[in-house]
Amino acid sequence: MPELRNFTLNFGPQHPAAHGVLRMVLELDGEVVMRADPHIGLLHRATEKLAENKTWIQSVPYMDRLDYMSMMCNEHAYCMAIERLLNVEVPIRAQYIRVMFDEITRILNHLLWIGCHGLDVGAMTMVLYAFREREDLVDAYEAVSGARMHAAYYRPGGVYRDLPDRMAQYKESKWKSAAQIKPFNDVRSGSLLDFLDDFVSRFPKLLDEYETLLTDNRIWKQRLVNVGIVSPERALQRGFTGPMLRGSGVAWDLRKKQPYEVYDRVDFDIPVGVTGDSYDRYLVRMEEMRQSNRIVKQCIDWLRQNPGPVMSDNHKVAPPDREAMKSNMEELIHHFKLCAEGMHVPEGEVYSAVEHPKGEFGIYVISDGANKPYRLKIRPPGYVHLSAMDEMVRGHMLADVVTIIGSQDVVFGEIDR
Amino acid sequence: MFATLEALSQNLQKHLGDRVKSLKVALGEVTIEVDAADYLTVMQTLHDEPELCFEELIDLCGVDYWSYGNVRREGRRFAAVSHLLSISRNWRLRVRCFAPDDDFPSLPSVTSVWNSVNWFEREAFDLFGIVFPGHEDLRRILTDYGFIGHPFRKDFPVSGYVEMRYDPEQQRVIYQPVTIEPREITPRIVREATYGNVDNA
Repeated sequence: MPELRNFTLNFGPQHPAAHGVLRMVLELDGEVVMRADPHIGLLHRATEKLAENKTWIQSVPYMDRLDYMSMMCNEHAYCMAIERLLNVEVPIRAQYIRVMFDEITRILNHLLWIGCHGLDVGAMTMVLYAFREREDLVDAYEAVSGARMHAAYYRPGGVYRDLPDRMAQYKESKWKSAAQIKPFNDVRSGSLLDFLDDFVSRFPKLLDEYETLLTDNRIWKQRLVNVGIVSPERALQRGFTGPMLRGSGVAWDLRKKQPYEVYDRVDFDIPVGVTGDSYDRYLVRMEEMRQSNRIVKQCIDWLRQNPGPVMSDNHKVAPPDREAMKSNMEELIHHFKLCAEGMHVPEGEVYSAVEHPKGEFGIYVISDGANKPYRLKIRPPGYVHLSAMDEMVRGHMLADVVTIIGSQDVVFGEIDR
Repeated sequence: MFATLEALSQNLQKHLGDRVKSLKVALGEVTIEVDAADYLTVMQTLHDEPELCFEELIDLCGVDYWSYGNVRREGRRFAAVSHLLSISRNWRLRVRCFAPDDDFPSLPSVTSVWNSVNWFEREAFDLFGIVFPGHEDLRRILTDYGFIGHPFRKDFPVSGYVEMRYDPEQQRVIYQPVTIEPREITPRIVREATYGNVDNA
């Protein structure tokens, strides 16, 4: 009888199902995975080291580029850390705007996730539907910040500016006739809040459409049910957070348990899985999108009725407005000091965490009183989930590895930092 | 909020006793410092004791206190800082432990207590050179294959020592000494404690 040996397979880093630059060395016995060794760091940019050499405010755009699929949530954790060190109060309207955009970001992230996960597993259509809806939401990003992805919209002390009264319009071109662009421009004729209001009224129906495609789909269930089961005990032991933990049946959500901003004033539910397999995680994320939609709706209603400042008026932290700066000596000095030297954050250390679409995203900063952080540590949720990869894929087929990567929702911007 | 911090501090003192070298409550967070000799047993107690019940290790990171406050620091340099979370009690804790030897920083691994720490310890080893005896698989994780040095130490330059480029003559990718001139646009300034005080604004 010939000697049988395990087969070692290199998966990635340029594999389309590797979600970026994951390289995995898989040890196979036939088609069964015996061991998986993820090699990460191919996208390592040393964000933490760079942040130590930049002023506090200059690092905000770096945060967008961590998890580049949920940009504003990353900024949120960073800004909250600075605000807690400085003990700065954020205006209530800015808090509502932040919550609204956190939830928009969650929908954005989950839409991309369902699209790519579908693509990996064989449901090609999903990505087209998901990107149709993402288009509207990145338009909302663009309307407030001018950028469709890397917004840098949250700033220490509030948000960069108030919500705009009008949206950008489509123009007629030789590819799109006036009749074609009319429906797009009709929903964009009012303010950003009108546009989002229209979106949240349409979105639950669209989610139902996705579910008719996937939830009872036989192929989808064959690929997902009982794949990558994690028990609640193992999930805690492996440090899971977010949908990965809730999929295993642990009802833990920072928005409920340790509420920040105005999450204690909005009404929403936390979906929890039962078996802890990939299919439960899928269901949890789908339900999260519905709940996010509810939160966005409540924020829109509140924001319509309550105008007010969106940035702290403390000029040690936030720059003064242009008009005051041109007419007032003190304002000019504040602006100059803020832009030349940056703010000084008192000595201390703080860990601030937000319920990021992927799990608990935390920023740990140590300040020694300088105009730059002494040490910044990013706690990426995907890094912890990926470290459990070996445990989750052991004993599964090679094709299930792709399902499990998809259900972990990994993005390499945050994992490699 | 304040009551839970108070309860946590009391439980910590009750179960850890004098193994806690310092206990600080600041900005709504509890921080304890422990000696390297007690580190593993303290972590085990924090995980097992039902009155503390830290089921999850959220984060572990290395810190290099070499140039803290813009002055060369006396005393120990490297520390591992972990953030723990209790799901059932809904509280958090920060544990700091300094490595006794600066030339060969080493701390016991806590992978047996929380499996999630595995990659965090690899990262601290990779970036700071802190060694964790007891860790089964202490390889580099974030830096390149064959990287030399520990890039997050404060004496490691931001631009690094080597750069990589394609060499058309040898027709392969080569490493060469870095050609970037280091520059600092905004210098690092530490001012007196009341300088940036937002209460003065």
